[in-house]
Amino acid sequence: MLLEIKDIHVHYGKIAALKGISVEVNEGEIVTLIGANGAGKTTTLKTISGLRGLTSGKIIFDGRDISKMPGHKRVVAGLGQAPEGRGIFPGMTVHDNLLMGAYARTTSSSKELAEAYELFPRLAERRDQAAGTMSGGEQQMLAIGRALMARPKVLLLDEPSMGLAPLLVQQIFSIIEEINRRGVTVLLVEQNAQQALKLAHRAYVLETGRVVKSAAASDLLNDPAVQAAYLGGGLGHDEPPAQGAPESRA
Amino acid sequence: MNEKNPLAGFRGRLSHFADQMHDRWLNTPGWQRWIVYAALIVGALLLPSESIGAFMSPDTDWASILFFPIGTFVLLAIGLNVVVGQAGLLDLGFVAFYAVGGYSMALLGTRMGWDFWLIMVVGIGICALSGITLGAPTLRLRGDYLAIVTLGFGEIIRITARNTDEIGGPNGIRGIPHPPSIEGIMIGDVEIFKYGVLDPRPYYYLLVALAVVVIILVKRWEKSRVGRAWAAIREDEDAAEVMGVPTFRFKMLAFAIGASIGGAMGVLWAAKSISINPNDFQFLLSATILAAVVMGGAGNLPGVMLGAFLVAWLPERFRGLQEYRMLIFGAVLVALMIFRPEGLLPSRQRKAELKEGSGGMGTLGAEVPGPQSHGEEVASK
Repeated sequence: MLLEIKDIHVHYGKIAALKGISVEVNEGEIVTLIGANGAGKTTTLKTISGLRGLTSGKIIFDGRDISKMPGHKRVVAGLGQAPEGRGIFPGMTVHDNLLMGAYARTTSSSKELAEAYELFPRLAERRDQAAGTMSGGEQQMLAIGRALMARPKVLLLDEPSMGLAPLLVQQIFSIIEEINRRGVTVLLVEQNAQQALKLAHRAYVLETGRVVKSAAASDLLNDPAVQAAYLGGGLGHDEPPAQGAPESRA
Repeated sequence: MNEKNPLAGFRGRLSHFADQMHDRWLNTPGWQRWIVYAALIVGALLLPSESIGAFMSPDTDWASILFFPIGTFVLLAIGLNVVVGQAGLLDLGFVAFYAVGGYSMALLGTRMGWDFWLIMVVGIGICALSGITLGAPTLRLRGDYLAIVTLGFGEIIRITARNTDEIGGPNGIRGIPHPPSIEGIMIGDVEIFKYGVLDPRPYYYLLVALAVVVIILVKRWEKSRVGRAWAAIREDEDAAEVMGVPTFRFKMLAFAIGASIGGAMGVLWAAKSISINPNDFQFLLSATILAAVVMGGAGNLPGVMLGAFLVAWLPERFRGLQEYRMLIFGAVLVALMIFRPEGLLPSRQRKAELKEGSGGMGTLGAEVPGPQSHGEEVASK
């Protein structure tokens, strides 16, 4: 097992955001965490990448307990993250953003740079443009490309479909599939449950800080309870109902 | 930008012109730039001449105000710019480090009888240490919260100095020694290494020398890995951390460097002024330096220096208007923020950040949620 989260609890002040979440990610898999706003998906991801401290529980990565390791060292260990929404550096050019992705590396990153531009030809076109002036989809591509610059073993993706048009979502998801095919394990947090379940091998359903279900993604896709709660009652809607409120808090 | 706003067109043209100038500068070959740098240094050395002074400050001694407030503000602004402009940390108590530097000079000079140059080195060390001491517990806070804590720190230093009789209490310290003089070296009519009471010009030259050293160092940091890390922290701290930037350590470094620059200026200033007291280190000074940084264009060194120059010089220039000068000064600040919200000479990167609207200097380091960020997320930090 490459990444194992054992019964983690996370608090914001006195409010418990995560009440004992356990997730396992095997090498080569795409695992997705789905759930409504406030279920704790983003918090789980931030705890794994080290942006949030945990109250109790353990995170084991590549055989090592990294629960106490600061975030910037986890990158070196092999955890790459594309942060939620536009986690890019708006004032830097696309190229500088990608180079920041390789900040922690001591070896040359020219190979990864070429790969990022090959994976996202759009980024190559926008190379010298300030990242903040790009469209949401392009920013998302940049965030993913930048995370790959550190050659992660596991790529943590936080809502890559957020705010994107359906066609772009398709495109981003097929790129995620391609990245996985190239040997990167992916842990994907999504509100767009339909798309995420089609892509992933296994899935966990989160509700108010707990895992309520975990199964193979295809099983969940056909699960009537999951369909009713997250897939628009099986009517085949691609988009979940519009949800504007922030969810990262709880 | 709002299209109905009649100012937008004017702002646009202004910004376009500045961009053109900036492009031209970027395309200037290296040797031509060196000529410009040399000319600027020579210009700074010629600045105290009487003919310039007659126009620049008809009401006060030009050479004196070149040292304080103008030169002092410029150097303090360069120091604060490292913290606010580069690392994006809103520091409202910068005057504290200036005070620590001033008191280092005063105490070590009068009690221990140390030499100015030794105190300069030790004082910079003390200030870096006090920057780290303040940073260690507070840099876990962000945005507005950090601003409040630094504001408090600035006041704590001043009030502690006032209430501690061992360091002079409210009367401060008198009889601070001048830097050691070297007599007899004349350039024009100035004995440039004679540090006495009468002629402020040698101190001004010393300040210019200090400024040149500081500018070179700061510029080098800006272009290094450290500078890139600061820029990343300023633009998105969480993203910087997940890129492998040890954000906390680099924020501490920014604090320590900013504090050292402020402290070095404090040492130099105390060595000229003979006596210092806690009232020299009011919060207003922190606010004024911050205004200089923001007004000039935080993150861009020439802009920040221009801002500091104007903030220091304008009230002196209009001293003849007596009380009204502060009114005019305030009006100028307001006008600048209307016509040029990104500062007089902003860096291009900053401008892009400001447009994007979240994080970074767009919110002065305070993380006010932008259009895409989440309000509650910010509150929870």
